[in-house]
Amino acid sequence: MGTATVIESAEAPVAVVSPAERRRYIRVVSILGVAALLQLWMLVETADGDFTFRAQAASAEQDAIDLTLGGPMLATICLVITAVVLALVAAAPALRRRIGAVAAVQRGPLFVGLAILAGLAFIVGFCVWVYSGQARTEPLPMTNPLAGTLEFATPLALGAIAGAMCERAGVINIAIEGQFLVGAFFASVIGTIAWSPYLGLVGGMGAGVALGALLALFTIRYMVNHIVVGVVLVVFATGTTGFLLDQIPDDKNSDLNSPPILETWEVPGLSDVPVIGEAVFAQNLLVYLMYAAVPVAWFLLFRTRWGLRVRAVGEHPRAADTVGIRVRARRWQAVLAGGVFAGLGGAYYTVGSTGAFDKDASNGTGFIALAALIMGRWHPVGAFFAALFFGFVSQMQFQLQILQKIPTELLGMTPYLATIVAVAGLIGGRAKPPAADGQPYEKD
Amino acid sequence: MPESSPPEHRASTRSRPSAVALAQSWLPTVRITILSIVLALLIGALLIAVSNDDVLSKFEYFFADPGDGLWAAIETIADTYWALLNGSFGSGAAIASTLERAAPLTCAGLGVTLAFRVGLFNIGAQGQLIAGAVCAAYVGFTWDMPPALHLVVAVLAGMIGGAIWGGVVGLLKAQTGAHEVILTIMLNYVALSILRWLLTLEAFQVPGSNDPKSPVVDSDARFPDLLGVHSGVYVALLSAVVVWWLLSRSTVGFEMRAVGANPDAARTAGISIAKAYILVMLLAGLLAGLAGAQQVNGHEDPLTDGIAGSLGFDAITVALLGRGTPSGTVLAAILFGALDSGGRQMQAATGTPLDLTTILQALIVLFVAAPALVRGAFRVRDREAGDAVLAKGWG
Repeated sequence: MGTATVIESAEAPVAVVSPAERRRYIRVVSILGVAALLQLWMLVETADGDFTFRAQAASAEQDAIDLTLGGPMLATICLVITAVVLALVAAAPALRRRIGAVAAVQRGPLFVGLAILAGLAFIVGFCVWVYSGQARTEPLPMTNPLAGTLEFATPLALGAIAGAMCERAGVINIAIEGQFLVGAFFASVIGTIAWSPYLGLVGGMGAGVALGALLALFTIRYMVNHIVVGVVLVVFATGTTGFLLDQIPDDKNSDLNSPPILETWEVPGLSDVPVIGEAVFAQNLLVYLMYAAVPVAWFLLFRTRWGLRVRAVGEHPRAADTVGIRVRARRWQAVLAGGVFAGLGGAYYTVGSTGAFDKDASNGTGFIALAALIMGRWHPVGAFFAALFFGFVSQMQFQLQILQKIPTELLGMTPYLATIVAVAGLIGGRAKPPAADGQPYEKD
Repeated sequence: MPESSPPEHRASTRSRPSAVALAQSWLPTVRITILSIVLALLIGALLIAVSNDDVLSKFEYFFADPGDGLWAAIETIADTYWALLNGSFGSGAAIASTLERAAPLTCAGLGVTLAFRVGLFNIGAQGQLIAGAVCAAYVGFTWDMPPALHLVVAVLAGMIGGAIWGGVVGLLKAQTGAHEVILTIMLNYVALSILRWLLTLEAFQVPGSNDPKSPVVDSDARFPDLLGVHSGVYVALLSAVVVWWLLSRSTVGFEMRAVGANPDAARTAGISIAKAYILVMLLAGLLAGLAGAQQVNGHEDPLTDGIAGSLGFDAITVALLGRGTPSGTVLAAILFGALDSGGRQMQAATGTPLDLTTILQALIVLFVAAPALVRGAFRVRDREAGDAVLAKGWG
């Protein structure tokens, strides 16, 4: 990688390239290179024939919208896009001195944009390859993944927002998974008893807040190591929900654990927008709540006095205390507020989708939400996009399973692998948590 | 730290405390732990009583005849806990089962403990354990080797498999700064996916069968029985000693603890943080891989996608309860092994769900970590016991 070294010259000031910067450059270029090579291989393997993307399925009111393009043609376009991104990023250091603008390619929004572009090109190329050469007279079209993406992303985004509320105040929340579980369980039980999924949501919120209260009690009042409390609360929630579920006799199951499911609401007008309307605006209440939660959490944390104080407490509790902010009270409030979001996220797994609670209903997604929080750099909006990314890849692997070109079991790991590549490869750099995250605060 | 490190850094320079002082320093910790267990059992008792149909039906006429309801509750609670105790320490077989369940927990827990001491939060014991179990099982049921050697090679394969899976995390963390929590969570899922995929291959299935289940390992690759338990138990104890030595008596361990206590100071002192991260994750994976090997080479258990159970996560709780020390981890693992082993008997005998033991485990760890609460509940006075170094934040 000779291009990475800066050429010494007399007239221009020498830019110093740190070893970390050089490693990052090598990493990004090699990931893009591998992606381009894989795409080249997939292009070769792509059989002739059309690739159809069904942007909108046929319904009573609307016709199907299909986009069709020759498979190898599309794969070539995708390969070219990846190759151009690769060339731009690879050449950036060499060109940096001559054309200043090129330097922007290495960092910041432009780099993120290019990385997303290359990622999308890779995914499209991958889909073309998977869908090509189907042994069917009428090849299956690829359906629009948007609706599924949002469904996968809803609990993740809610959980990650809950985490952001807690951690901005300086309380590490590893217990999101636990909040999901109790939220799911109590949403189901209360939803069944009251025979209303909406009261179920309230029950889920209550349970999320209750577990949040335990988190706050032990981290703030008893000053226990936050990670210990978080892990323990996950175990506690797993055990408690499992125990209670087992104690519900089979004949009482219909009285206690078979809630009605939230119905789909179509937003008038918007749900008729072609392609995205059905997916985005014909969802259940929980998904709309998730849309609302992102700006609400952002506004609360970054545009209100309360949020400013919460963040101050998370960054420098001693200073906050000095100017009269009640540190422990703010932390309690933030953790309880987070519990509302996490409980809602948990409710998704029962009243929001399948109904009855099953053991380990959330299946570890609370930890994925935690990862989304870190990927989104402890910011509600960032966390939302991280959740969307994860939801998208999950939905893609789910859709590609039926083609059986790749073993289902292997396809199942793509969301996790993609996250590793994104976090370790492309984003890189150290994500910085709030300065006082995990620090107990004791008045002198 | 460079090779020329001065000798006084080689071991901790504190003078050895006398036996009496040692006992005095341990007393509060022991007392808090016992009180925590009692408190957890009390809360568990409450759960048993309020969730038992029989007891509840008697409480319906509580005011007419309070004795009946209370007696039924006490009887149910006593029965349940008696079965729990009986299944964990009641007989030779029960004790053996407890120890054999504690062995993999010890190894995986030590891995988590080690990472804690360097300031890394290793949630990846599950994936590392799976990687180890896959390698150990494959060597165990395919290769043909002389008896003792076969066991050694299979266990080594498991340890290497786990070490690779853990080492990747250390390498990525050191090289890219990616957060180990994300990496380990994701690698757990990746390991499980690969295991599930492998189990669809003929090479990993019982010949002539299509079930996602491997053959059991050859009898000569199994841990031989010794004094009633399989010898993996002794390997687990030995690894605790090795980890203790490594942490408190070796240069490498000193460097690791230095990085865990204060990375900036360690860097200033010339300790390579990257090296410490990579090394500790290799070792953590190695220990979890050993746990995986014990899962497949301990008994006649085939490799299935449930081979790791919840061991990898229990290992975290064990490490937390062990407060970052090898001896504490061993004791915590035995306690958890006992709850697990006894819990099965309890479920069979009294119908109380096994999840009760999970709740007890969580409560015990929580109370041990919150001594102020326990002291308040039992009105005891103690001075604060020192807290061990654990990962305190996101680092």
